[in-house]
Amino acid sequence: MIVEFGQFALILALILALIQAVLPLIGTLINLPNLILVARPAAQAQFLALVISFACLVYAFVIHDFSVAYVANNSNTNLPLLYRVSAVWGAHEGSLLLWALVLSLWTFAVTIFSRQVPPLMLARVVSIMGWISIGFLLFLIITSNPFARLFPVPAQGHDLNPLLQDFGLAIHPPMLYMGYVGLSVAFAFAIAAMWANRLDSAWARWSRPWTNIAWIFLTLGIALGSWWAYYELGWGGWWFWDPVENASFMPWLVATALIHSLAVTDKRSSFKAWTALLAIFAFSLSLLGTFLVRSGVLTSVHAFASDPERGVFILLFLLLVVGGSLTLFAMRAPLIKSHSQFSLLSRETALLLNNIFLVVLAIGILAGTLFPIFTVALNLGKYSVGFPFFNFIFVLLGTPLALLLGFGQLLRWKKDRARQHITKLIPLAISILLAVASVLMMSYFSFYALLGMSLAWWMLIMTITSFMQRFKNQPFSFSSLRKIPPSYYGTHIAHIGVVVFCVGITLTSNYSSKKDVLLKPGESYQMDGYRYKFNGAKQITGPNYRGYEGDVVITKNNTVIANMKPQKRIYFSQQNPMTEAAIDAGFTRDLFVALGEERGQAGAWTLRLYYKPFIRWIWLGAIIMSLGGLVASFDKRYRQKNKRTQTAAEKDRPDGELA
Amino acid sequence: MHPARARRLKLVVIMLIGVFIAGGFAFLAFKENLMLYFTPSEVAAGKAPTGQRFNIGGMVVDGSVIKSSQSVDVQFDVTDYDKTIRIKFADILPDLFREGQAIIAKGKLNTEGVFIADEVLAKHDETYMPKEVADSLKHKNKPGYDKTKPSPSPSPSPSP
Repeated sequence: MIVEFGQFALILALILALIQAVLPLIGTLINLPNLILVARPAAQAQFLALVISFACLVYAFVIHDFSVAYVANNSNTNLPLLYRVSAVWGAHEGSLLLWALVLSLWTFAVTIFSRQVPPLMLARVVSIMGWISIGFLLFLIITSNPFARLFPVPAQGHDLNPLLQDFGLAIHPPMLYMGYVGLSVAFAFAIAAMWANRLDSAWARWSRPWTNIAWIFLTLGIALGSWWAYYELGWGGWWFWDPVENASFMPWLVATALIHSLAVTDKRSSFKAWTALLAIFAFSLSLLGTFLVRSGVLTSVHAFASDPERGVFILLFLLLVVGGSLTLFAMRAPLIKSHSQFSLLSRETALLLNNIFLVVLAIGILAGTLFPIFTVALNLGKYSVGFPFFNFIFVLLGTPLALLLGFGQLLRWKKDRARQHITKLIPLAISILLAVASVLMMSYFSFYALLGMSLAWWMLIMTITSFMQRFKNQPFSFSSLRKIPPSYYGTHIAHIGVVVFCVGITLTSNYSSKKDVLLKPGESYQMDGYRYKFNGAKQITGPNYRGYEGDVVITKNNTVIANMKPQKRIYFSQQNPMTEAAIDAGFTRDLFVALGEERGQAGAWTLRLYYKPFIRWIWLGAIIMSLGGLVASFDKRYRQKNKRTQTAAEKDRPDGELA
Repeated sequence: MHPARARRLKLVVIMLIGVFIAGGFAFLAFKENLMLYFTPSEVAAGKAPTGQRFNIGGMVVDGSVIKSSQSVDVQFDVTDYDKTIRIKFADILPDLFREGQAIIAKGKLNTEGVFIADEVLAKHDETYMPKEVADSLKHKNKPGYDKTKPSPSPSPSPSP
């Protein structure tokens, strides 16, 4: 009964999405205010319908309703409650329902927090988001109904994939989806602005907080995925350049470019067409990510259940979105006039270069990710692109980006004089000296470590210098600190996050140690000053698995550092073993022990040992970046009704368009 | 030319040069890291390069896995039901590695025709068969292809 109710709510959501998409569209075309006003309540009702639908599916999981095929395939009576709830988005159908729910949540948020946006503009935005919602709801209902019944009803369900039975992964998909789908708001604003022929700084100001918040979720979602891969799946790796990881990283890069480009459009009324294009690309890459993950065109560790029919649907949808929005862009872009000028040495140029590097990096990753698909499709042979390629372009383009980050913050808008900036060679020299000192403290010299640390010191020094510029004409005091707008704090916090991230990847990539060893009980292995002593493994039993638990004591100079208990689990519902690594986390290093397999009669086990310096800094950096984004979103400027956008003329004609 | 336009042109030219240089480097790196996929038959026929990394895929032959009791070394054979290639690996195998299952290994061929793998991939799905392997096996109507999809039976597990 509840399940049918969920199904009904899902169909109702589709009808409401149709109303939300079509009526405001007609309203804006023939200028009927009543139809325009439908947008807000229709979007809110659609959200409510999807919340109900989603709640019904959660309910089916909680009460073990195995008459629902999706529940029977992804749950089990032994599954703990937390994972029964997270199992809702553990596979294809449910994760799509989550996607639709998140989309309507964002639309709902837009209807609540956009009081400063004129009604006509808001109606356009909501209508566009309605069209996207129609696409996804049709996809859900036609190809992937999560409420489909199963007969005869099994007494027991299959289990949730054990890899997904983990707290990190319970929250990773919702986070990532909030980011992916959140980019649809920036997209909808850009399309609405082009549709109204109003690509101006007001549009940029409306888009900025939404883009920031979507970017925060995307950042945290990617970081969570990387963290999960590290301790659950990756045997100690934190990034694999796996196609599905790339699928989330590409929209992140473009969204990062978009954030910077929006700043220019907002403050200088420049880069308008480019910003709109980035908004289109960011969302298109999110859709491409969905296509890659869900269509099965890729051989990836992440591509779980997949099906060609679904792939075709998403591909068509993707083509429609990209094709439609690029056509609109091609029609509108020539009409955009940029009034502001900037010279070669200016903050605009620095931000433009930042954008170029970020986008080129995204294109490089895109090429590396899609190339194997194309060669197979065109029968040119089966290739794979090795991770060194991705590492190489990341370093190649990341280096100028880091240099720009440091320098660009200190440049003036519009025009700056080169002579004033020759002094910046001093902090550059200091950075390199500090980096040499940092690298000398490590166990051996590495050129890439020197490069990475130089860039980190450079960004740190320049970010602090840039922040202190505020106090050129006023004393450094609490009251002057309070006068600084949140967006200024946000920028600098986010850039400090980049510094922390840079230190993390530099030191982890260059100074990690890894060793696979075979140890008998009582034997030990020495690595990087730590002694790993293996005391044997014993059998254990958990709620829905049994397995082995090893006992490894790590000492340094005869002091016990940690007692590690790595596990090898075999879940009752699956045949394959699962590795649960033991990690001793620290601010400057992680020690990692994973249990391999038993060899021979003497109780000897293969063990994987890792020493990972500064690996936490990678995720810490991501958290600090997100924090910066959050702080910046609180800037009052974004919520003010701007005089220029709400003139007397516009009150007569709500959108201020010229007929 | 209008000074503003000249400035813009300069900017565009600088950017284009930068993009081309970066693109050139990226292309070289791309070429270097492009790895081809070969089946055991192709490797046996000498089509695979020696001294260069490539991917090999196939089914792990039942009973072929030999694990050293002195070190982590392991060796096994992969087959496409036509030819068989021996693989040596000096790391811990992934959890999902089992005899009779499809895998992909990355590495180089040594002079004795043994594939020295530095990475072995098996997927996180019990019914998984790497697409490359599935395609190459499809052309050979040998038994065993369909057997790779065991029906996952819900196990009546004792609840504690």
